[in-house]
Amino acid sequence: MNLWQFLAAHRAEVAQLSLEHLFLVAVSTGIAILIGVPLGIALTRRPALSKPILGFANIMQTVPSLALFGFLIPLNIYLFHVRIIGGIGARTAIAALALYALLPIIRNTFTGINGVDPAIREAGRGLGMTDRQLLLQVEVPLALGVIVAGIRVATVIAVGTATIAAAIDAGGLGRYIFRGLRMNDNTLILAGAVPAALLALAADFLLGAVEHSFGRGGRRLNRRHAVAALVAVAAAVVTIAVFTFHSGASRRIAIGSKDFTEQVILGEIIAQTIESRTGLPVERRFDLGGNLAHDALVAGEIDSYVEYTGTALTAILKLPPLSDAREVYRRVKAEYAARFHVEWLEPLGFNNTFAILIRGQDAKKLGLKTISGIAKYAPRWRTGFGQDFISRPDGYEGFVRAYGLKFAAVREMDLSLTYRALADGQVDVIAGNSTDGLIGRLGLVQLDDDRRYFPPYDAVPVAREDTLKRYPELRAALAALGGTISVEEMRRMNFAVDGEKRAPRDVAEEFLRQKKLAAGG
Amino acid sequence: MIMNGQSTAIEFQGAGFRLPDGRALLTELNLSIARGETLVLLGRSGSGKTTTLKLINRLLDPTEGGVLVDGKPTTEWDAIRLRRRIGYVIQEVGLFPHFTIEENVAVVPRLEGWDDERIHNRVRELLDLVGLDPARFAARYPRELSGGQRQRVGVARALAADPPIMLLDEPFGALDPITRREIQEEFRSLQRRLGKTMAFVTHDVAEAFLLASRIALLKDGRVVLLGRPADFLASRDPEVVAFVSCLRGADEVAAAP
Repeated sequence: MNLWQFLAAHRAEVAQLSLEHLFLVAVSTGIAILIGVPLGIALTRRPALSKPILGFANIMQTVPSLALFGFLIPLNIYLFHVRIIGGIGARTAIAALALYALLPIIRNTFTGINGVDPAIREAGRGLGMTDRQLLLQVEVPLALGVIVAGIRVATVIAVGTATIAAAIDAGGLGRYIFRGLRMNDNTLILAGAVPAALLALAADFLLGAVEHSFGRGGRRLNRRHAVAALVAVAAAVVTIAVFTFHSGASRRIAIGSKDFTEQVILGEIIAQTIESRTGLPVERRFDLGGNLAHDALVAGEIDSYVEYTGTALTAILKLPPLSDAREVYRRVKAEYAARFHVEWLEPLGFNNTFAILIRGQDAKKLGLKTISGIAKYAPRWRTGFGQDFISRPDGYEGFVRAYGLKFAAVREMDLSLTYRALADGQVDVIAGNSTDGLIGRLGLVQLDDDRRYFPPYDAVPVAREDTLKRYPELRAALAALGGTISVEEMRRMNFAVDGEKRAPRDVAEEFLRQKKLAAGG
Repeated sequence: MIMNGQSTAIEFQGAGFRLPDGRALLTELNLSIARGETLVLLGRSGSGKTTTLKLINRLLDPTEGGVLVDGKPTTEWDAIRLRRRIGYVIQEVGLFPHFTIEENVAVVPRLEGWDDERIHNRVRELLDLVGLDPARFAARYPRELSGGQRQRVGVARALAADPPIMLLDEPFGALDPITRREIQEEFRSLQRRLGKTMAFVTHDVAEAFLLASRIALLKDGRVVLLGRPADFLASRDPEVVAFVSCLRGADEVAAAP
């Protein structure tokens, strides 16, 4: 399916995601204007503060968005009983986007007002204008072109940055981009990227026109219009914000997932099992990036998701890797109970470990079956590893040490891109996931970890203790899934979504029916 | 030269002004300006003329001595009230580019809360007074006017609320010589009709002679000579002679065959 066919077939969804996207941009930029413009004005009155405040805004811009999300999710900041920062969803995405939008707005307000011809300012003061009158009647109107230029830059940045909001279940066109990256589907990536780019261009054009109309010489501010406009913007931002931030107050079981196919399928399996066995309403908060699912669970934003024992041990608990599967399970169970009040339930049955993969034809030609077998080819081979594999304590460094490997080149890239890079011959070996559906689809071969280097990554549902206490039927429902999913089954389900483009919801439903796990099945 | 308190509009009593770094821009200034008088402050760039003006409308406060306006030290005046009683015209004019000519002239009356009709009539009256046809100019923006026309608007704006005192800081300095000559002549007749107290800063000695009741010549922040134009021509002080020779030089060039 090409891009146009896709967009035509998913018109309603594209429109919906674009609206979500616009909403994120509009509310966050609106908040940034309400904070940034007055702050910029204040700085012109107290120039000594300009260095620290502009410095802070500058630093905010350089903080990676996932790091910022990780910092914001556990926060609980209330304003008039409405939670304005913290948790997953639009609220936190908006807070992050607003922080990113602040710098250009503060800076342009500050420089715009400072750039007003000193002779004009002196004339105004000499005529007996108060500081307020000078500001509102002369300085702000004359700086308006520059201020709008700052808002324009902030808006265009926000349209681009808002794609990352999908990482915390905040919606927007980023959903397509993340899903496309995950499924190695360029059409899907473009279906998110092209409308986002068009939104950015449209915003740039419209605000450019506004900027131009305020351009040289400025425009006289009609006091009543200015106040009315300001009140309208503030009222719109506040009502929309209260509306979104307040929604979802009713109690449901919230099931989360990380942002890759297997996790979404497992999220569906858990959600559907709970729905059919307990009748409790379930809210799905899938596609959480990085370790945000963990943050969300601890913060009480979700009640359960599927975690991997090895990930919990090294990436979350920061403990040294262990190779014994039972020992790892025992360890994380105890630590989670003590530190997070989170319980590890029955393992699902499969181990999603790192899979060292090479092309099928290489495996056949060179007769390779084990990782230790590639040592003599490694100096001529290039590798492509995900950021995760490179940075984890049980990842790249220990791996090359354990097998005594030296590669010709090590390239760090997004995990989902490494499969394609391997199949296309751009790299010769990658570290994928053992359950990845693409392994079969692209004819890749997994090498045996003959030195038992990689720790176990058993998939296990984790849940908040307080939720399990409140809904005892939940524990029974999740326990029923214990030991029901094999690696082959997981790989097949992943392929059904990644390769056959079927919906995770349908694949999960079919699995539960076949396994007779569905209620009444 | 002897004046009683009643007829003195502005009085400098040992006034001085020092920058925070200690540099003195003005030292030990003693002079008074009588009601209806035009005192011209003459001097080279950096001699302290503009500083002297800014001490009158409290754009600056003296660091030594005091400045009295209507018998009250400026530091006891509310700065905003004081400035609205004092018209202020600067060389760069400083018209508000986003206001029409009418709106520019109406700034102070509007701040003072006049009603629309009164403002409207006053603007027309003032534009006529400075030789600009209201029908042609009222709705234009400053960028659509020539330098001379803009400076006329600047004078009209300063006069709008009929302030008893006018401060003019090289108002015609940026104009071409012919326009400057015309506008100086018109200003002189305006000055006679209005009878305002004026402090007028210039470095153009011919302008000083044309407009001044008295001239104060400043050098390095101090008064070198204070007197009528006739006293000026009689002085032997080297700085005075230097300025007067500019006047003579211009005449000689004009008289040369």
